[in-house]
Amino acid sequence: MYTVPKPRGGSDSQPEPLISSSDSVPAPGGPQGLPSVAKSRLKAKEGIFADALFRGIVILCALTLVVVVGLIFYELVAQSRPTLEKFGFKFLGKTIWDPVAEDFGALPFIYGTVVSSLVALVIAVPLSLGTALFLTELCPRWLRPILSLLVELLAAIPSVIYGVWGLFILSPFLRVYVQPVLAKYLGWTGLFSGPKYGFGMLAAGVILAIMILPIISSITREVITAVPRQQREAALALGATKWEMLRIAVLRNARAGIMGAVILGLGRAFGETMAVTMVIGNRPEIARSLFAPGYTLASVVANEFSEAFGRLHLSALMEAALILFAITLVVNALAMLLVWSITRGMPSRSIA
Amino acid sequence: MPKTTSQNIHWRRRLANGLALGLITAGALIVTVPLFLILGTVVYHGLPALNWAFLTQLPRPVGETGGGVGNAIVGSLMILAFASLIGIPLGVGSGIYLAEYGRNKWGNVVRFTADVLNGVPSIVMGMTAWALVVVTQGHFSLLAGSVALGIMMIPVITRTTEEVLLLVPQPIREAAWGLGIPHWRATLSVIVPTASSGIITSIMLAFARIAGEAAPLMFTALGNQYWNTKLNQPTAALPLLIFEYAKQPYEQARQYAWTAALVLISIILLTVIVFRWLANRGAIKGAS
Repeated sequence: MYTVPKPRGGSDSQPEPLISSSDSVPAPGGPQGLPSVAKSRLKAKEGIFADALFRGIVILCALTLVVVVGLIFYELVAQSRPTLEKFGFKFLGKTIWDPVAEDFGALPFIYGTVVSSLVALVIAVPLSLGTALFLTELCPRWLRPILSLLVELLAAIPSVIYGVWGLFILSPFLRVYVQPVLAKYLGWTGLFSGPKYGFGMLAAGVILAIMILPIISSITREVITAVPRQQREAALALGATKWEMLRIAVLRNARAGIMGAVILGLGRAFGETMAVTMVIGNRPEIARSLFAPGYTLASVVANEFSEAFGRLHLSALMEAALILFAITLVVNALAMLLVWSITRGMPSRSIA
Repeated sequence: MPKTTSQNIHWRRRLANGLALGLITAGALIVTVPLFLILGTVVYHGLPALNWAFLTQLPRPVGETGGGVGNAIVGSLMILAFASLIGIPLGVGSGIYLAEYGRNKWGNVVRFTADVLNGVPSIVMGMTAWALVVVTQGHFSLLAGSVALGIMMIPVITRTTEEVLLLVPQPIREAAWGLGIPHWRATLSVIVPTASSGIITSIMLAFARIAGEAAPLMFTALGNQYWNTKLNQPTAALPLLIFEYAKQPYEQARQYAWTAALVLISIILLTVIVFRWLANRGAIKGAS
């Protein structure tokens, strides 16, 4: 049976065994209390086992993530070994892409990927910041659910449908209405000159901008919402106008998160495949003008992988994917360093 | 009080205020324009050819009228179902790990990995699934496509789940612990349900992100002219079919692409709206 604890320093130790052995004496807290303590200890033991099991399961889930990323890297390197060995770092700097002569260089694709994504950022960042600020701070209450649903729906439209729309609707529109205007007023920059096809780098940038808008704005929105109310009230109490309040209290507090959102958008733009493939023109050349067609790492893989002939061609495409993976990895790591330097590695726990 | 200067600043500040707020509002309204344009054109071009046969029959070769994309619809739904089976448990599990046990070095490793995985382009995911599943199996398959898409779901769900779990107010956790509930039970019965609205939203985001993906399916599910419900056979999928047909120069093929686009958008938007409705109804609106 349960052993009775020794009396605490009392000189008179007689009544204690009496209470525990006999059931005739009702003592408050004594016989009823002890077994329940024992039971709860037993329960706690079960709880510890279940806790360990639960912990093991969720750790396994988390480990899958690590294993998958490792596998991606391993497979890409293993599959692109032939070109890695044959061309080495020259693969990054050459502008030739000739599957017949088995001579490959990825520079035009890297250029196309980076430039089309930067064009997208230039368009998307101000718009998505505006959207996020409007939704969280300015929007009338009745409009908020409608507008946020609309932005969310924009994220739900598939890449390939953006592609169809870009190919049949946006490109002709750009050719007829936008490119002539840009060429007339901004042609001197060299960015907007040359033949106007409609499709090309500019079209890809516009489509990408629309596609990354919802991602950037929804993350920005989350970050802005997380800024404590007191910060806003403090700014307003100091006599700030609404814009000053947004600038001082909201944007400044949320800047790390916003930067993270922007970089995440950039990463998505880098890897976007279908829509870009359908509007960028798919020509591996480097031109200063944004009107010119280009090619991206993702598009060349999408277009040529299933028809790749020869080990070297396949390997070159795999290396293109490896470069794409590396670029997105570096971009994301930069973003994370930036964000983590401020949030110290973890999302801020909201204090209620 | 230095009144004169403050009045002078006030005028400029008011102007800056009005200008900034106006730009913000304009930005928000501009963003909705592409949505209506895209939805409008897809409905406009797609609707005329939408009928029961389009949803239930096989595609017919160019020159023959009629036919449909039934096999691609079934294929897409199956791929998505299996992808969700892979992605949702792993994603929510990892999210719980990060929120409840991952506030240390290892948690940061997982967090970093999840962000890396989130940034992996979909086409790279497709090539990895090709190398892992297709090369191993020796042929293209529905399974390979599901693996590629399922893996893509994990990081989205993981990070959002972590975030919403951390938003659950500390007193709610403390109340659960105070009742003597073991940690796992507190997590599953108190913390996760409180955050369920956010978790459902994260699943919806992940689903919406993969549902329209064609790139990871190009070298995995490959596409198929005929019906397939077998896990280890190549399968048609709506996004693949749209891409294939949009590239062709024939009017009929383009018509297929538009109408298939309408079907795909409808499936995705219906899912998103139903999920949102569920999230808004079924959950306690705790922290936000």
